[in-house]
Amino acid sequence: MITHPFSYQAPSTIEEAIATLGRSRDGKVLAGGHSLLPLMKLGLAQPDTLVDIRKIASLRDIRAEADGTIVVGTLATHRSIAEDRTIGAKLAALAEAAAAVGDPQVRSRGTIGGSLAHADPAADEPAPTLAFDAIIRAIGSKGKRDIPAREFFKAPFETALAPGEIAAEIRFPAQPGRTGSAYLKFRHPASRFAVVGVAAVVTAKADGTIERAAIGVTGAAEAPFRATAAERAITGTKGDAKAIAAAAAKAAEGMTTLSDLAASSEYRRHLVSVYAKRALERATQRARG
Amino acid sequence: MAQAITVTVNGTKRTKDVEPSQLLVELLRDTLGLTGTHVGCDTSQCGACTVLVDGRATKSCTILAVQTDGAEVVTVEGLAKNGELHPVQRAFASEHALQCGFCTPGLMITAVDFLARNASPSDAEIRHAIEGNLCRCTGYHNIVNAIRSAAAMMTMSAQSKVAAEVKR
Ligand SMILES: Cc1cc2nc3c(=O)[nH]c(=O)nc-3n(C[C@H](O)[C@H](O)[C@H](O)COP(=O)(O)OP(=O)(O)OC[C@H]3O[C@@H](n4cnc5c(N)ncnc54)[C@H](O)[C@@H]3O)c2cc1C
Ligand code: FES
Ligand code: FES
Repeated sequence: MITHPFSYQAPSTIEEAIATLGRSRDGKVLAGGHSLLPLMKLGLAQPDTLVDIRKIASLRDIRAEADGTIVVGTLATHRSIAEDRTIGAKLAALAEAAAAVGDPQVRSRGTIGGSLAHADPAADEPAPTLAFDAIIRAIGSKGKRDIPAREFFKAPFETALAPGEIAAEIRFPAQPGRTGSAYLKFRHPASRFAVVGVAAVVTAKADGTIERAAIGVTGAAEAPFRATAAERAITGTKGDAKAIAAAAAKAAEGMTTLSDLAASSEYRRHLVSVYAKRALERATQRARG
Repeated sequence: MAQAITVTVNGTKRTKDVEPSQLLVELLRDTLGLTGTHVGCDTSQCGACTVLVDGRATKSCTILAVQTDGAEVVTVEGLAKNGELHPVQRAFASEHALQCGFCTPGLMITAVDFLARNASPSDAEIRHAIEGNLCRCTGYHNIVNAIRSAAAMMTMSAQSKVAAEVKR
C-alpha cells in the first residue's frame, strides 16, 4: 500500500518528460518501479510527481550501431537483456548479470537504467557496465551529455545524474576480436542482491597472452569499482592459472570493503578475490574461444 | 487525482477510475473483486500476487494500476477456458502441489509464463523459475512435480493438435 498522494504522468516524448520533471517540486522518473515503489511503500521516498517513461518507445530498444557499439535503451528490462541474442554473443557478462537479478518477476519489470540510476551498491548490472567501459547518455533541460561509467557511480544511491536528468541509453563500445567476458556473483541468500559480484572482460592475443583485462566489482564497497591493480597484474601474462590467481588476489587492493550481517569486511575482501579469479578464468577461456 | 484507465483483464476490457497510488493488486482485488490474486507480503518478496502483464509474470503489488493502462492482465481466474482447467491447474491438483493454497495462484501464473518459453524444462530450470514465489507449506517438491507434469501435458496436447491438423 502506498499512503501518500502523488500525481502521475506518462508523457510520450523525452522532452515532455524532462519538462514535467522540471515543473515538479521533487518529481521522480518511474521506470520498472522495482526499487522506487518498495521505497514509496515504506515512506522512504515521497515524490510529489511520478513521470512514467514507459510510453517513450525509443528508450526500450536494444540495437547495434554501424561501428559495433551496442546501445541498450534505459527501459530494456533485465529479462529482455538476458534474452537478447546480440548481448549474449557480444556482452556475455551483461547478459549474465541481468539473468542474475532477483527473480523472474523482478526481471520482467526492472530496467537497466533504473538499476544504474538507483545505484544500490549491491546491484548487479553496474559491474559489467563498468567493465565494458559503457557510456551513460543522459538528457536534461540543457541537452545531451555522455557520462563514462567510471564517473557515474558516486556513493550508495548517488550518481553523476543531475536532478531532472534522464538516463536515455547505455552505450557499450564494440569489443575487439578474441574478447571474452563473464559475470559471477555470490548472492545474498534472502535478498538475492550481490554480496559480491565480479564482471571480467578479457582480450587475448593470437598466442593466448592477455592483451587487456577489465574487472568491475559490485556489492563489495560503497560504490561499484574497477579492480585496476588486478587488471594491471594480469595484462601481458600468459593468463594461466598462476597468473590469474596472482592478479585476483589484488582485486580488492586499495578498497574499503563493506561489513554487514551478510558478510564481514574481511570476508567480502576474500570473496572479491575468489570471484575475480573465477570470472577471469571464464572470461579468458571465452576470449580464446 | 483519480484518472481513468482501461485494462484488459482476463480478456475483458475494463475502464475504471483509479488513484495514482493504487496498486494493480488493489485494483484487481478491491475494485474488480478478483480475489484469487493474493497479497502475502506487500514487500515484493513472496510472489503470491503474481499475474501476467502483457504475458510476463509480474508481482501485482509492485506495479501501479495506472502503469497498466492499455495493458493485458491475466489473473488465476483467467486460466481456465470454457469451463476446462488449464493444464497447470490440473497438474497442481493431481500432483498435490498445494496444502493451504495461499501461494498457489502466484505459482501457477509464474509457471504459465515459464512454460510458454521453455516447453520441456529440467528440474533445475523449474526450481530456478520459481525463485520469486515462496511457499510455506509444501517444501516445493510437489510444485516442481506439477510443473514438470504440466509441461508434459501441454507438449502432448500440442502434438495431438498437430496430428489432428495433419489428418485434416
Ligand atoms: C524482490 C527484489 C529483488 C531484487 N533483487 C535484485 C538483485 O538481485 N540485483 C539487482 O541488481 N537488483 C535487484 N533488485 C532491484 C531491481 O533490479 C530494480 O529493477 C532496479 O534496481 C531498479 O530498476 P527499475 O526499472 O525498477 O527502476 P525504478 O524503481 O522505476 O527507479 C529506481 C530509481 O531510479 C530512477 N530512475 C529510473 N530510471 C531512470 C532514468 N532512466 N533516468 C533517471 N533516473 C531514473 C528513479 O527515479 C528511482 O529513483 C530487486 C528488486 C526487488 C523488488
Ligand atoms: S504480495 Fe506481492 S510479492 Fe508478496
Ligand atoms: S501451499 Fe501453503 S503457502 Fe504454499
